[in-house]
Amino acid sequence: MATFNQSDLPRLLRMYRRMVKIRVFEDNANELYLSAKMPGLTHMYSGQEAVAVGLCESLKSSDHITSTHRGHGHCIAKGAQLKPMFCELLGKAEGYCRGKGGSMHIADQDNGNLGANAIVGGSAGIATGAAFSAKFRGSDQVTVCFFGDGALGQGLLYEVMNMAALWSLPVIYACENNHYGEYTHVSEMAAGDLKARAEAFGIEAHTVDGQDVMAVCQLGESLVARTRKGGGPFFILLDTYRYHGHHVGDVNRAYYRSKDEEKHWKNERDPIIKLAEHMISNKWTTQTQLDAVASEIKAEAKAAVDYAISAPYPSGDEVGMHVYAAMQN
Amino acid sequence: MKQITWSHAVNEAIAEEMRRDDMVFLLGEDVAEAGTPFKVLSGLVEEFGVKRVVDTPISEAGFVGLAVGAAMTGARPIVDLMFGDFIFLTLDQIANQAAKQCYMSGGKLKVPMVVRTNMGATRRSAAQHSQSLHTLVAHIPGLKVALPSTPYEAKGLLKTAIRDDNPVVVFEDKLSYQMKGEVPEEEYTIPFGSANILRPGNDISLIAASSMVQVCETAAAQLEALGISAEVIDIRTVVPLDEDTLVASVKKTGRAIIVDEGHQSYGITSEIAARLGEKAFYYLDAPLTRMGAMDVPVPFSPVLEDLTVPTADGVTAKAVDLVSGAAR
Repeated sequence: MATFNQSDLPRLLRMYRRMVKIRVFEDNANELYLSAKMPGLTHMYSGQEAVAVGLCESLKSSDHITSTHRGHGHCIAKGAQLKPMFCELLGKAEGYCRGKGGSMHIADQDNGNLGANAIVGGSAGIATGAAFSAKFRGSDQVTVCFFGDGALGQGLLYEVMNMAALWSLPVIYACENNHYGEYTHVSEMAAGDLKARAEAFGIEAHTVDGQDVMAVCQLGESLVARTRKGGGPFFILLDTYRYHGHHVGDVNRAYYRSKDEEKHWKNERDPIIKLAEHMISNKWTTQTQLDAVASEIKAEAKAAVDYAISAPYPSGDEVGMHVYAAMQN
Repeated sequence: MKQITWSHAVNEAIAEEMRRDDMVFLLGEDVAEAGTPFKVLSGLVEEFGVKRVVDTPISEAGFVGLAVGAAMTGARPIVDLMFGDFIFLTLDQIANQAAKQCYMSGGKLKVPMVVRTNMGATRRSAAQHSQSLHTLVAHIPGLKVALPSTPYEAKGLLKTAIRDDNPVVVFEDKLSYQMKGEVPEEEYTIPFGSANILRPGNDISLIAASSMVQVCETAAAQLEALGISAEVIDIRTVVPLDEDTLVASVKKTGRAIIVDEGHQSYGITSEIAARLGEKAFYYLDAPLTRMGAMDVPVPFSPVLEDLTVPTADGVTAKAVDLVSGAAR
């Protein structure tokens, strides 16, 4: 934290704004679910904001990320707009994927987001391939592969980490350890030292407090810069927590985690509060100013939700479109 | 026209496309110096270097997944999957990732990649190196599936596959790599979705793909000696399927046997028979007949293995039954 000072305030405020945007987006998504306005389910990122925001802060829009079923946060952190995101969640034609992907498949290729993925660990191959392609094309693009602790159980991850290490690919594997794979604690599913799994391939691995956006950003900045210069791959284990259940419908969670545990993370380790306290205690900003940021974002989100609710669904003609890409050759 | 082997034809197709487009690259197990166990790719690493002819670890899901990501970001991978049977190891990457990216993104993402693999029994390779699994991928929307039957077809269809902006799986019969055939000196491609009428006939349509095309050609010659005129059609691509050509043929002949080396149950013979039933029912003089591989894992013993796949004699006998009415 020592490296951030008052001159970094614009950057800290940008990260603050993005984290609040994610939190507000998720609150609205939850409300859309509870009021039966959203088809299907969604998986909320609330609590994990510092991970996506801290790492994406050092990425250019031409850099790539791959995301997960819990992907709204990555999407916003990489620069997506709220209107087409809410439209996608509601299956509307103006959604990022014309309503064909939904919450679990939002992709925003203009900002380098190659998509959320509903198969746990399913995007590890895509991320590694994007990194392979960057090197193959002679580009300095970096790819960040986001996945949860649950994905540590998937063999694909180890197959591609091996190749990334063999071929020095420009990819950063970001393991968001939110401590639960669906409804089971990580300690019941992953043996040994999690970081050592990457180190076995000779991949330099780091652990960071995923609730401290400044720490995440600082580590991310250094690793992204090294990756861009050919120093990759890297592995980061980020200690974090999901405030909601596995998905919006997972409300009664007492059988797998305690209310006290949830309270501890929300009250003592909230990433938004932590950053606010840091900026306020240093007198770089005031609570009033931060409240104004939150109000502005809430208004933006409300407008986006209202827009999405009244936006048209795709026409039935679209059901057979996009199965195959139109040929360019 | 020059006569070259299937291996040579495939090698030419890849080399020509790699010269034409710098974004095309090859990856898979032992594709570089080894040139694959079938030696199909020999010489390519010498021309294009290890940057574009990439030996991978034995990690089929991993390197297919890597190819999907590379294809989504501007490269055009050709993946060599050493045996068709290994496709089971890669199905999440092929079916859940490659096949669906374009649709799930509303057309914003595309996956221009080729998976080149093989099929076919009677090589005495037993149950895990002998399967013909094209039906599996043909079932998944978003994929295209090609099954060449000769060196000419192998080259022309593979070049089309490499230029396609969608994921294409090409199945080659592993006993055909030394087959020789005429291949033009000049550049050519074969469009997808255009079945090839190899031999016109009036009494029965023999519809097949891959090496079963030769089985049907042999059967047609046998039938001719018996006074029966068989039309032989090479399907070429299972997806897209040239339904019009098949339907028109059956409307003319009134009878059809669909021959394939995949398992008969729930296979492409069933799909094609059903479509012909829907579109040509009132023109039929005999039941639409499927001849697929037996519904058993491929056995090792040659005596047993040879019983599992359709043969020319079997097709001829079945055709005689259908034409003579003995099948009634």
